[in-house]
Amino acid sequence: MASQRYNTFARISWMMTSVISLLVVWWGAALLVQSRYLPTPQDVFSVLAVEFSNGELLFHVSMTLMRVAASFLVAMVIGSAIGIVMGKRAWVDRLFDGWLMFFLNLPALVTIVLCFIWFGLTEVATVLAVAINKIPNVAVTLREGTKALDPAYEQLARAYRFGRWKTLRHVVLPQLAPYFAAAARSGLALVWKIVLVVELLGRSNGVGFQIHLYFQLFDVAAILAYAISFIVVVQLIETFILQPWQQTAARWRT
Amino acid sequence: MTALKLAIQHKPFAREDGELNAIENIEIEIAANEFVAVLGPSGCGKTSMLQIAAGLDQEYTGAVEYAAGLEDRMAYVFQSPTLLPWRTVRQNIELVFSDPQTHADAIASVLEAVGLAGSEDIYPLQLSMGMQRRAALARAFVLRPRLLLMDEPFVSLDELLAARLRDLLKTMLAGNPASVLFVTHDWREALSLADRLIFLSPGPARITGELAVPLSPQQRSRPADLQNFRDANAKFFQSGKQ
Repeated sequence: MASQRYNTFARISWMMTSVISLLVVWWGAALLVQSRYLPTPQDVFSVLAVEFSNGELLFHVSMTLMRVAASFLVAMVIGSAIGIVMGKRAWVDRLFDGWLMFFLNLPALVTIVLCFIWFGLTEVATVLAVAINKIPNVAVTLREGTKALDPAYEQLARAYRFGRWKTLRHVVLPQLAPYFAAAARSGLALVWKIVLVVELLGRSNGVGFQIHLYFQLFDVAAILAYAISFIVVVQLIETFILQPWQQTAARWRT
Repeated sequence: MTALKLAIQHKPFAREDGELNAIENIEIEIAANEFVAVLGPSGCGKTSMLQIAAGLDQEYTGAVEYAAGLEDRMAYVFQSPTLLPWRTVRQNIELVFSDPQTHADAIASVLEAVGLAGSEDIYPLQLSMGMQRRAALARAFVLRPRLLLMDEPFVSLDELLAARLRDLLKTMLAGNPASVLFVTHDWREALSLADRLIFLSPGPARITGELAVPLSPQQRSRPADLQNFRDANAKFFQSGKQ
């Protein structure tokens, strides 16, 4: 117990040290270069404060977050369904293996541009473009998880007549939980980066749009302000939603 | 009255070097509340036979007939405890019911009977192997089964613990009589439990002999008496061994 507490403490102090050292290096470099294209952390934080108080930051970050949430959800649901079926049925796996290869290697930019051409500059096209980029990764992860399902538990479910719903809920999904978690964590990181690109190309709000705007103005401080606020939000989701969920799901392990 | 009639003409077994027969012409009839032990070497198709009897395996030629209503009162005890590790002991037992709330008393009493009262909220991996096997027995008996299919349920336990669990099984069966098809490779275990033994050959499994076991409960608990019985019927046990 004592060592565990020490570990948590050590982990947090190292994290702080790491972040502070990054800030110090940045600050030093900015002071050294003395250019408006490399603002100091102080400049960035004052832009952040202004954008926060006038409501701009909150509006654009929440627009982006909604797109992230929608595409993430769509990608997880469709990707899991495809992955589970591919894991269960050998012929489906063989038939769609080539499809997966194709979509895994399709550059995100191509999907985005094609979606905008085919479906117009709409919110649906945005969500679809992002989801299509993520679906193959989710499918591959869940296919692996489904192939690793323990047949002994399936026999148990059949011998005691659990039925479809009970088998899914108590036998299959708990075994897939680590794979869902892996897909979700890598998914979040991928999805929010792609969402910014989509916003840059075809939306009139969101963090990506703002970054595009400030790029045209060569306003590096504003670009960094938006980037940092989004990194913080994503890290908060990771720390306070995904990690605790993963720990609860794993509490039966000794 | 016959509880279960099992007739398997042919059970294919796919292997890399072609298809083999796992089981050939096995016919077993079990009377109501009779305890039948099937003795055979490891890997001879005993598990396949049980899975066919349970209706879990449909890829065979032959037929399985149950006495009326028996099919819905069947419980299976696996070679490993096969408890869902992400569900507590109580949840594992509740899962066999579609309406566990109405069976709360039955669940409590079966946990008491197997000596797991107080451990119901523990996750299976935190239990010892013996306790996990007790939980698996509880899961089977909570259904008040009329047919019990048991696949080496006490394997990989030390002899003392296995003997204790065999006694527990006898006690549970005294409270809830059932027809039992019990698969094992341990002749002592078979003799201490069964009314009748069926011997299987190494794969493809065929019946090489049948033997009634008219031993008293006292004799069954004495190793010397089991040894004497075995010696007196040595030819059966010899053929089963090859």
